[in-house]
Amino acid sequence: MSGTLDLPTRKHEAWRYSAVDKLRAGDLGKWRQIDVASGDNARELLVISDENAGETEVVQLRVNIADDARFELFGVIASGEFSRVEVEVTMGRGAHFEMGGITVGGRNTVREFVTRVNHAEPEATSNQTVRSVHWGAGTGNFLGAIDVARHAQKTDAAQDFKGLLLEKGASVNAVPQLEIFADDVKCAHGATVGQLDETARFYMAARGLSPDLARRLLVQAFIGDALVGLDDEEAHEKLLGTALDKLDKHL
Amino acid sequence: MLKIENLSAEIDGKQILNGLTLEVAKGEVHAIMGPNGAGKSTLAYVLGGRPGYEVTGGSVSFDGKDLLDMEPHERAAAGLFLGFQYPVEIPGVSNVQFLREALNSQRKQRGDEPLTGGEFLKLAKEKAGLLKLDMDMLKRNVNVGFSGGEKKRAEMVQMGILDPSFAVLDETDSGLDIDALRVVGEGINAIMRSPDKAALLITHYQRLLEVVKPDRVSILAQGRIVKTGGAELAEQLENEGYDAVMEAA
Repeated sequence: MSGTLDLPTRKHEAWRYSAVDKLRAGDLGKWRQIDVASGDNARELLVISDENAGETEVVQLRVNIADDARFELFGVIASGEFSRVEVEVTMGRGAHFEMGGITVGGRNTVREFVTRVNHAEPEATSNQTVRSVHWGAGTGNFLGAIDVARHAQKTDAAQDFKGLLLEKGASVNAVPQLEIFADDVKCAHGATVGQLDETARFYMAARGLSPDLARRLLVQAFIGDALVGLDDEEAHEKLLGTALDKLDKHL
Repeated sequence: MLKIENLSAEIDGKQILNGLTLEVAKGEVHAIMGPNGAGKSTLAYVLGGRPGYEVTGGSVSFDGKDLLDMEPHERAAAGLFLGFQYPVEIPGVSNVQFLREALNSQRKQRGDEPLTGGEFLKLAKEKAGLLKLDMDMLKRNVNVGFSGGEKKRAEMVQMGILDPSFAVLDETDSGLDIDALRVVGEGINAIMRSPDKAALLITHYQRLLEVVKPDRVSILAQGRIVKTGGAELAEQLENEGYDAVMEAA
């Protein structure tokens, strides 16, 4: 390999729905390594908001979770023309990985979570929840790969994606990719796409909530799923607030 | 207080209300009874402004204002409360947050100051007590996991908190056992029985009307009011059935 990085195209599986035309060479190859030592707990919060984001934001994390350690990642992608959080996780025996991700956006922005969780050892558990709310011609993606090694028995891995489209023209893509070589494992994945519940909106209006407020409450409830595992109230507020502020600003 | 004149409405191109005329005065509890498919729920939804219910003729004035010209949330802020036959579940939103936002949204539309968290909780506790609904239920998500009876009681707690001047209650008695019916009926009396308020009770049965004594009773059939009378009309219906009473009309 030479020192230059080839920019990916949409032919690359992990970049299938990305706005690759927004990428420049400097955006890639900046993997940050996080090591969680055996028995430790660590948490990482990612907020991509108007306050800190440029036109293209790519965050790449490589995480090693040692035996019986726990790593939590909670992130909101609410800014950037093309923003991507890419995470590669390798799990030790009995380790746990908890992830909650939220993408929100309109215009023709593309915002995505791309994860690869490598269950390399037995008895590890992982749980990923992603909620995407988009409008305009905005796109939200969740590409989640789970690899379970041949001897990684008693693996319990779950992926849950829901997309909420507030306007015609917005889209979401979910690509679960499970490669399982062990036989005694639980791997669950689910993906749904929908619109705001009109019955609930009318019920809320009948109680006096304006359409904007009703939508805000319903979106709050929807994305709240991704933050259920986050027990730090201040962080919870911050992530939720970042997503809802974006909604308020652009609708 | 509420004046409906020659109201016609349709859903998906199908005519449901056919020139319905009805007036409800302040201080009055008016019961609407009628066979299945008569248009009772449609009347409730048209008054509430539900999307998809298209008014094709007639008028509705509420406290002198054109009700049909208002958005659903504006109708609520103007004092109209629509009690749902099937209260809607809203996962992820607690009753406390929902009702506080709703009340404060109404107060804002009326130019009043919002209630603080403490003030709101005090109010909610009082109204929940009135309807014998455990305060813990109000901390749970809106109607999620509530039994049919609990939903109807929660609906009345909402009414107590929002304190409307006019309530349209669509089959609030359905799904209630005898004890719950009494609690809900007494709740309606406590919240809506006032010289400045009025209520339209839509019901199939006489039993709610034994607790909430109506001042007047109207029969709705084929999209219009075919007969109006006093409380005795409800008893007559219960004894003789719709066909007999309507034939006589």
